Amino acid sequence: MKKAGYLKKQKEKEFIAALGAKARVYAPCLEDEAVLFKPVEPDSVICLSRPAVSSPKSAIYPQSETLFSFRFKKDSEDPRRTLVELDDTIAVPDTIIFGARPCDARGIAVIDRAFSKTETPDPYYLARRAKTTIVTLTCPEPSTGCFCTRVGCGPAETSDSDVMMTELEDGYLMEALTSKGEALLESPILEDGTAYEAQAKEAQKAAHERMIKEAGEADTTPVDPETFHSQVFWEKAAERCLGCGACTYLCPTCYCFNITDEQVVDKGERIRSWDACMFHHFTLEASGHNPRAQKALRLKNRIGHKFVYYGEKYDGIIACSGCGRCIRGCPVSMEISTIAAALKKNSGTVSGEQ
Amino acid sequence: MNLEKLKEIVRTVLPSVDVVIGYKKGLDALHPVPCFLTSPDEIDALVLNPACMHNLAAYLPSLKNRAAVVVKGCDSRTVVQLAQEGLIKRENVVVIGVPCQGAVSVRKVLSAIDHQPVIEASFENDTVVIKTKKGEARLALRDVAPDKCLACRYPTPVVADHLAGEEVEPKIDEKTAYQEIREFDARSLEERRAYWMAEFDRCIRCYACRNACPLCVCRESCIAETRDPHWMSQKATQNEKMMFHMIHAIHLAGRCTECGECERACPMGIPVARLKKKINMEMKELFGYEPGISMDDKPPMYTFKVEEEKIEEHKIR
Repeated sequence: MKKAGYLKKQKEKEFIAALGAKARVYAPCLEDEAVLFKPVEPDSVICLSRPAVSSPKSAIYPQSETLFSFRFKKDSEDPRRTLVELDDTIAVPDTIIFGARPCDARGIAVIDRAFSKTETPDPYYLARRAKTTIVTLTCPEPSTGCFCTRVGCGPAETSDSDVMMTELEDGYLMEALTSKGEALLESPILEDGTAYEAQAKEAQKAAHERMIKEAGEADTTPVDPETFHSQVFWEKAAERCLGCGACTYLCPTCYCFNITDEQVVDKGERIRSWDACMFHHFTLEASGHNPRAQKALRLKNRIGHKFVYYGEKYDGIIACSGCGRCIRGCPVSMEISTIAAALKKNSGTVSGEQ
Repeated sequence: MNLEKLKEIVRTVLPSVDVVIGYKKGLDALHPVPCFLTSPDEIDALVLNPACMHNLAAYLPSLKNRAAVVVKGCDSRTVVQLAQEGLIKRENVVVIGVPCQGAVSVRKVLSAIDHQPVIEASFENDTVVIKTKKGEARLALRDVAPDKCLACRYPTPVVADHLAGEEVEPKIDEKTAYQEIREFDARSLEERRAYWMAEFDRCIRCYACRNACPLCVCRESCIAETRDPHWMSQKATQNEKMMFHMIHAIHLAGRCTECGECERACPMGIPVARLKKKINMEMKELFGYEPGISMDDKPPMYTFKVEEEKIEEHKIR
């Protein structure tokens, strides 16, 4: 049975505090001028009025995590031998992502496939994922750079969330989409939401139409192979790129990582940390050879991964949710949306620009 | 800033260079982007207004060919510093200077318009006019200028082969330029540490500050990322982040030309330029040196004196 609750705006804090008593709550918090997804603390200021700079992926896939810790010990029976003690306990708290946008939730769905639909499912990611509930807010207005409808997502898209919340005049309609979502809505703070359902449907429809008007309908045209493999195209497109990792680290769908063993004397940790395909080191091989030595090739990989390679592996799905974060966060306003659109045209020398 | 004059200059300069680096329209009127002109057909796409924030001189070291570059006062200092350090050859660069009345910080504009998407932006003398769904906002340039402009002492490029506009007189003297830093320095050590720790906490180690910095020269060998040797932990802890930012700042001692690109590039809005400015202030006090002002200067980190006037430990007793 589908369940809907109504959260009065004046009870928002109380509701989040109640969630916080049960789980770690990740929400978009105001820090100076930046809105960032962070674990909510008593003095956090939650900001739902504009999309966060960063995505909430760090709740499930942290920027860095210890895969295991180790310690070398001399065998007291035979001092020539060294023993290794390993601790690979995965401690995972229940987590609620509150106030994600549909593009954020889509991003997590993209990462899910990479860590689960593979020969070696990732226990660390999956342990956290299983304990995470996603509460998504219907996006009322498109922001600068938003193009979610063009990649098949949308401001009221429900398919990747557990609860959908839609802002109405003095509160939010909270609709459960999964059993996890239903459990989350079991709260005396919420009123019955049935009466608001029609109103919320209207708001969702209006949000969708606004976004379509802004960004256009889903573009299913395949990438033109000739353009995609044109060196000239990528050199032009990457011309102003600074080669930093802002785009990938702000991206809700990027999931590449690096692994390092960090040891001091006899003990250490194996660390997994985000990596960015725009960095020179990303594909630097032990031999010293780098198959993607130029930023043009690195950009090709970044866009290619999202619009070509991922789909080849997973049923034609686009690994970009159109959130516009990479565009807004880029120091030189690189536009993935324009580059992707240009890739679909057969014009080996187009610049990737308007 | 005179766009028509700039276009005229570019038209004359273009045949003698391989590329002209300027600005063109980007995402919206508030976000012009760097462009690389190679043909006269592209000249009309040039844009020049206070939103042209990027320091285009940053691209120079990576270009093999002869280039012309559009620079504001602050950016021109980068050209000087790069040439002094041998990172570019001055004779390979045609400098098109743009006297500047102050730029616009997108972050400050967005804050003033309640983070509404910008529909249109235009610039009138000392006002920026922003149109959003909520209406029109008229903002005084001074109120939305990045911090660097409020302390700018070189509005007219210090080096230029061509000048697109009338020279602009600086409004700030040396003492006021570092006022903000002195005030911050007056806080207790604990306060300052707490401030920076909270700021660095937001850092995602994307290295946008480093890559945007025209004088970060280690490139692929940056200590923050090298894997062999593995100098820095890849953990996303406050200590590691602070370590990286301190290394960045120290490496720029006596080299930072205060273009503010590190701070502008930061997606998290961390005021990282302040660290470099603090060090520049110290360098000025110790060595009387200001980076990127004159081609004839010798940067203090590129030379040494047997005895340093203002460093007690370096005096021969």
